Amino acid sequence: MSKQEVKFSEQLQKDQPNKAPKEEVAVTHKTSITSRKSAQENRINLGRSQLTKRLEPSLNWRTSVSSKESRNTLRDTQVEKHGGKLEKSRSSLSSGRAQLIRKSVEKIEEIISDSSSESEEDEEQPDHRQEANADLPSEYWQIQKLVKYLKGGNQTATVIALCSMKDFNLAQETCQLAIRDVGGLEVLINLLETDEVKCKIGSLKILKEISHNPQIRRNIVDLGGLPVMVNILDSPHKSLKCLAAETIANVAKFKRARRVVRRHGGITKLVALLDCGKHSAEPAQSSLYETRDVEVARCGALALWSCSKSYANKESIRKAGGIPLLARLLKTSHEDMLIPVVGTLQECASEENYRAAIKAERIIENLVKNLNSENEQLQEHCAMAIYQCAEDEDTRDLVRLHGGLKPLASLLTNTDNKERLAAVTGAVWKCSISKENVTKFREYKAIETLVGLLTDQPEEVLVNVVGALGECCQEHENRIIIRKCGGIQPLVNLLVGINQALLVNVTKAVGACAVEPESMMIIDRLDGVRLLWSLLKNPHPDVKASAAWALCPCIQNAKDAGEMVRSFVGGLELVVNLLKSENKEVLASVCAVITNIAKDQENLAVITDHGVVPLLSKLANTNNDKLRRHLAETISRCCMWGRNRVAFGEHKAVAPLVRYLKSNDTNVHRATAQALYQLSEDADNCITMHENGAVKLLLDMVGSPDEELQEAAAGCISNIRRLALAIEKARYS
Amino acid sequence: MDQKVLKRLVESISKSVNSFKKSEIECLIRIFHNLVGRGDVKLANVGLDRNTFRVILHSVFGMTDDVLMNRVFFAFDKDNDNYINVKEWVRGLSVFLRGTFEEKLRFCFEVYYFNGDGYISRERIYDMLKNSLHQQSPGEETDEGITELVDIALKKMDYDNDGKISFADFEKAVKEDRLLLEVFGPCLPEAKSCLDFEALAFQHILTSSF
Repeated sequence: MSKQEVKFSEQLQKDQPNKAPKEEVAVTHKTSITSRKSAQENRINLGRSQLTKRLEPSLNWRTSVSSKESRNTLRDTQVEKHGGKLEKSRSSLSSGRAQLIRKSVEKIEEIISDSSSESEEDEEQPDHRQEANADLPSEYWQIQKLVKYLKGGNQTATVIALCSMKDFNLAQETCQLAIRDVGGLEVLINLLETDEVKCKIGSLKILKEISHNPQIRRNIVDLGGLPVMVNILDSPHKSLKCLAAETIANVAKFKRARRVVRRHGGITKLVALLDCGKHSAEPAQSSLYETRDVEVARCGALALWSCSKSYANKESIRKAGGIPLLARLLKTSHEDMLIPVVGTLQECASEENYRAAIKAERIIENLVKNLNSENEQLQEHCAMAIYQCAEDEDTRDLVRLHGGLKPLASLLTNTDNKERLAAVTGAVWKCSISKENVTKFREYKAIETLVGLLTDQPEEVLVNVVGALGECCQEHENRIIIRKCGGIQPLVNLLVGINQALLVNVTKAVGACAVEPESMMIIDRLDGVRLLWSLLKNPHPDVKASAAWALCPCIQNAKDAGEMVRSFVGGLELVVNLLKSENKEVLASVCAVITNIAKDQENLAVITDHGVVPLLSKLANTNNDKLRRHLAETISRCCMWGRNRVAFGEHKAVAPLVRYLKSNDTNVHRATAQALYQLSEDADNCITMHENGAVKLLLDMVGSPDEELQEAAAGCISNIRRLALAIEKARYS
Repeated sequence: MDQKVLKRLVESISKSVNSFKKSEIECLIRIFHNLVGRGDVKLANVGLDRNTFRVILHSVFGMTDDVLMNRVFFAFDKDNDNYINVKEWVRGLSVFLRGTFEEKLRFCFEVYYFNGDGYISRERIYDMLKNSLHQQSPGEETDEGITELVDIALKKMDYDNDGKISFADFEKAVKEDRLLLEVFGPCLPEAKSCLDFEALAFQHILTSSF
């Protein structure tokens, strides 16, 4: 999923009108940086033109800002201020785009934090210091004065200064950096370590706001602010707990911060906040600063959501007993509470340990219920959670039993919100792995809707849509539906993409469709087989393997398959050379293709010329059952040309094959017996087989219920026997 | 103390003070008499004087600001006779210990404004804030600092822009940001001291109910 997410964000950036040239999208960190930079450039263009139209005093110094996020917040606030006056349509457009971009950028940040690489830290933009010249806005000086009161004042003066500081537009980067540059962060954090409740509250209110800025977040962590905030979670004052948790939620948006929270026992404390059933001994005098337990739980959930993006934290949450508490909170109907709770569950559900607990706590029921909510963000997160959990069969059944398939199907028709659509299609995909669910989806006409989504959608949606169709195609009835609503063409069109996850799914879907002869005709007409064939050159092994698997039914069901295969220039050589790959899945799939190719004699001759026999023989020494099976099948096919039988023997393929008979897999037995049968037409091979103890193993299989296996085993033994008899006869005559 | 007199007193006080139970009022009255030190004189003429009261504020409720403690005394002393009688005592404590937001709001405002005209003037604010900066620099700079602080406070709270803070201004500002309730200095006791006081004062009730 992380791969897909990266693709999604890159796709979004590419969707901008002034886009950077399309780059090879390899799933490397480097690419993410490049695409971030290109997005940054685009934003700079938009940002500058907006700057020139503003009527405020010039803020030239701001052009030295290098951080992209600052541009986001900056531009958003500018847009908010002037959208109504100056360029209304333009600003609404760009703010919409800014939203999407910011989300994608944040997603990148989150993904990168999610991955195990530490290089995210190196990416820190060099800390930008404001130039101390007369161009600094007045806010800077005012804030500086206020910070002086924080440093030099008593509690009264401090509170006044803190309340006054809150009046500044703390969402604006100027103010945020001003606070930092005059040493405000240190003071604010120091205040958190005092005993004065009012000062702590005032300080946290400010820290909560300014920690939306990524630079400030890092500064806060560098100054040791997180452990202090974690300690405040123990305070008896509920409002302090809430503020501390909310601030942690904002700060813990990068990997190092999450680690710090965990190391100081923060996860356990945050999980404890979720427990709002108990009423701690409240003072008889209700303090003016008190808040309700529910609010405390909500803030705890927000913080956990941010923290749960790291694997170790997911584990900690589970160990601290977070799941039953989250399950309990799911039963509320407050959207504010539900979103972070579902968000946390969805993050954690990617781990297997969680899925068992999620099943136990009846969480699926509530997730399905909330799919019907009006809140789009909530729907999105519920769908994501279902996507994560539906890896598990029981969960898929639960989704169906609780009536979750219908809302999913109906949400498919709503294409405005792309993030939600991506989550919904993902859930549909994973649920489709179960056949009963597919039947239901068919009832709800979901298949037709999915075909409709094959065009004009961002890549992340497409990956899931095609994945879902691929699962549906496992059934004959659905294949017909897909063909009839014209799904084949868009699928074949997608074979030319670059997105590897998408390609894997598309090849699978096309391959599944190719089982129907009528669909195969359409695929052939659209040049689909050639496209699949060229995917064998794709650098990624998963794509290669998937394309190869798809080619098998294509060749089986095409008219004039032999002719078609020959028409691909260099195609046969390409396939044979793939036998040099190191990836087992690729090898197995290529063997399967060769088995199909070799049904045509002429082609078999050609691949023999390309040296298929030695290459296949080299692979014989393997323990991988899947590979063994397909390898044996292809060897038995290839025996039927010229002196290939003898050649296999010369290349020492026979002895390893005999060992396959010791495997536990019947498919392997069948294929091996057939191969040995073919090979045993040659005398030398018989001798090898006999020396390697094949006869005993084959004898056991003669009694097998599998008819083909019976026949092949018997045939092989009889050949060996016949040779033995002939030798005996020769000796005695 | 005469029981009948006590009961009548409790009755009359509980009519105007709703936040204490009768048994609690009785306890508070007893404490009052212990503090005053004379248990047998007619109750109406006896009261806590300023100094005694300030000692109580300091030792029981942990207050330290002289100026403000004075003002608290005046806020308690509704009839302005320089003594806090028992009714004023109970009424004042009801705000301290059980006050609603509205009651505390009014109380603080009363503490802060000095003149009878119902406004907190700039001079008053200066008076209250003049010791709020630690003396790090020569006198002049600190004075300037305090003046600026006063400006900041006024800017924050003076909604009708008349250079002084009326009750309406104060109410609006505090409703927007609760931290500003005791903006010019602590005039309400900390939660902990209240709890301690209540535990001590009402322990009689707790034990007697078993």
